[in-house]
Amino acid sequence: MRNKIVSAIVIIALGGALFTACKPKNSGDSIVGDAEKAYVAPGKHDEFYNFVSGGFSGQMSVYGLPSGRLFRVIPVFSVDPEKGWGYSEETKPMLNTSHGFVPWDDLHHTELSQTNGEVDGRWVFGNANNTPRIARIDLKTFKTAEIIELPNSGGNHSSPFITENTEYVVAGTRFSVPADYSNGDVAINTYKENFKGHISFVKVGKEGEMDLAFQIVTPGVNFDLSHAGKGKSHGWFFFSCYNTEQANTLLEVNASQRDKDFIMAVNWKKAEEYIKAGKGKKQSVKYAHNTWDEKTHTAKSIMKTEVLVLDAAALKDICYMIPCPKSPHGCDVDPTGEYIVGSGKLAALIPVFSFDKLMGAIKDKKFDGNYGGINVIKYEAALHGEVQKPGLGPLHTEFDGKGNAYTTFFVSSEVVKWNIETLEVLDRVPTYYSVGHLCIPGGDSKKPFGKYLVAYNKITKDRYLPTGPELAQSAQIFDISGDKMKLVLDFPTIGEPHYAQAAPADLIKNNGQIKFYKIEDNKHPFVTKGEKEAKVVRNGNKVDIYMSSIRSHFAPDNIEGIKLGDEVYFHVTNLEQDWDVPHGFAVKGADNGELLIMPGETATLKWVPKKVGMYPMYCTDFCSALHQEMQGYIRVSPAGSSTPLSWSVGTNYPKAK
Amino acid sequence: MINVILLACESLEIRITNNNQTIMNKSFVLALTMVFAISCGEKAPDSSAAEISTEGADPSSYDPNRGEGKYDHVELSAVLDGAMATKGEEVSEVKCTSCHKMTDEKLVGPGWKGVTERRKPEWIMNFITNPDPMIDKDPEVQAQLEICLVRMPNQGLMDEDARSILEYMRKVDGVK
Repeated sequence: MRNKIVSAIVIIALGGALFTACKPKNSGDSIVGDAEKAYVAPGKHDEFYNFVSGGFSGQMSVYGLPSGRLFRVIPVFSVDPEKGWGYSEETKPMLNTSHGFVPWDDLHHTELSQTNGEVDGRWVFGNANNTPRIARIDLKTFKTAEIIELPNSGGNHSSPFITENTEYVVAGTRFSVPADYSNGDVAINTYKENFKGHISFVKVGKEGEMDLAFQIVTPGVNFDLSHAGKGKSHGWFFFSCYNTEQANTLLEVNASQRDKDFIMAVNWKKAEEYIKAGKGKKQSVKYAHNTWDEKTHTAKSIMKTEVLVLDAAALKDICYMIPCPKSPHGCDVDPTGEYIVGSGKLAALIPVFSFDKLMGAIKDKKFDGNYGGINVIKYEAALHGEVQKPGLGPLHTEFDGKGNAYTTFFVSSEVVKWNIETLEVLDRVPTYYSVGHLCIPGGDSKKPFGKYLVAYNKITKDRYLPTGPELAQSAQIFDISGDKMKLVLDFPTIGEPHYAQAAPADLIKNNGQIKFYKIEDNKHPFVTKGEKEAKVVRNGNKVDIYMSSIRSHFAPDNIEGIKLGDEVYFHVTNLEQDWDVPHGFAVKGADNGELLIMPGETATLKWVPKKVGMYPMYCTDFCSALHQEMQGYIRVSPAGSSTPLSWSVGTNYPKAK
Repeated sequence: MINVILLACESLEIRITNNNQTIMNKSFVLALTMVFAISCGEKAPDSSAAEISTEGADPSSYDPNRGEGKYDHVELSAVLDGAMATKGEEVSEVKCTSCHKMTDEKLVGPGWKGVTERRKPEWIMNFITNPDPMIDKDPEVQAQLEICLVRMPNQGLMDEDARSILEYMRKVDGVK
């Protein structure tokens, strides 16, 4: 009873005292979760897949909802020695950029592909925030299939959001920088003159293939987040931006001067017309486009050299600036496409804009001057209304498809439910602590599945067993099927989760999941299709080992005649043709990762032995009762040694006389 | 000691009713069980495996002559189809011969010599295209597993490939 009272007080305190910008002191008083709702019996499947950005881990993790069970961490922008990602010769080109091989990045947002504004289960996109790129993950294989770099950009944050038929995936530069096609060697304090913003429209083809169709150059600001229009607003894209002060130092203070920054509305269909009409200026740049080939099990990286750029200031009817209070962060469009919600990080209200009013304002030229040549719409002319005193530090909004919006508040650590039409606050729940993004399955699409809401928290402090100075970030699942949000479960996450999306499990598990690669279709240049093809080929100091693996031996598993100074390539083909039978490969002393080879796949590990001696190799993935027998030896002789090159499996050659 | 045996038995029950052959550490437990020479008796029904299982779990309906799978009867000609046997040899070199010799010597699995004399053609066709349920149900295959300790993998054979491998096995057994 006493606990209940305490809990009630905490809730009231949280709900009422919004101006005390603080976290709850400890979790002891927190609301009890409803574990039953999160229970998924052993062997049973979850209702939803949840694709969660890994933040500074650079990867994407896949959880089940409502259980919170982790199924997979998909390597995307960071090397992963466990899976050989960025270590095997085949995967290295995936991480190539115009700066060369980049082993790490910061993945902030995930976006599931859509058809007619509904999640379709084909791909999930992720953005690289540091060295600007977009990745596409194929949901039949849960593997990164493509990565495209973005020129003229610094910090790809407002990405990888898509249009309602996945016509485009967009990117916007967080850091305005001098364009790659201009001189970048300028004084930093020439920001206003030399620094430009570029937003990118990357065309997505039928098979998902990405192509940088065009960029729009804008005045130098920080682009933050974005979302596409849908339904009636299909054809428009909305980007929040801050630092319209154009500060280049101490942004904490200097970019927080103005009462209002902007949401930039982009008429991308108009932009397409201009591109068709030849108004795009061809600029010379350099960016990598990396693709994975499932037949050769190998990536290739191509360096591209041109981009078409449209000038937002010159072409007056592509971009319009909508004033939005105080450094807007989230920029979210409701399922009908009518309402655009801007979340001013430093604002004590949430403005909601109306697409119809925006169109009216543009038609009637209700402008309030211009910003760097781009027309600024009168604030009231586009405004549907404001949610008054919703909380402190609004960040992001998702929708339940029943006319309600849910906004996260970082400073006051809560999720607030409000009615989009009436702007009335309906409910609020505390989070533990300092929530950033949130996710409702399908919550940024035309068709949300308004059953669960997941809040992604930046701070966990006392929520879990302490693990030294560094603590896990967390996700918290709420049941939102009723009038009131109810905490179901919280669970720790990998890296730092920013945005996440979720889709019904059936949509993905029935999308034609690949269970293994057909060995017949393997077109890898170093494939070993059967032990008869196993061999070792020397070409100067380069040695190619054509090796097969099957439960439970390698062929060959005895190799002699390797010499110091050799570059050895183990091309290991997994001959298995069944689901869930990867083999691993590791060799002593390799300054490299392991290989994890899926059935029917070929993967290559480069090894440069540094000492003379006997080197064991073995299978790293427990594959059968005789897994521990799956091993072999490689003899390394001194440079110039006369040891002949030989290889075998199952034959003990007689001792040389 | 008793605890260990019980544990092994429980795991064996899960193992037998779970067609997902890749739970390899269970094979090790199976091996352990064999070491203890313990019979675990009745298989327990396991609802959690139902989602994975594609076959009925009732061993009483199992026909040890035909095996289990899509082949009821396979017609063989008296003389060898040489072209088909050659095709079978090619396929088996990619998918089979890492583990099977053409002699009667065991490698990972038993040698093929004599298999077409010991087994009906439909049993062979069913086993090479649908090994998992048969490993779970066929008493002779289970006895073989006690020797080899590696479950024969499903190598994803197309119907035509399976038939040509059978022809190649016949060639190995001396059919002209």
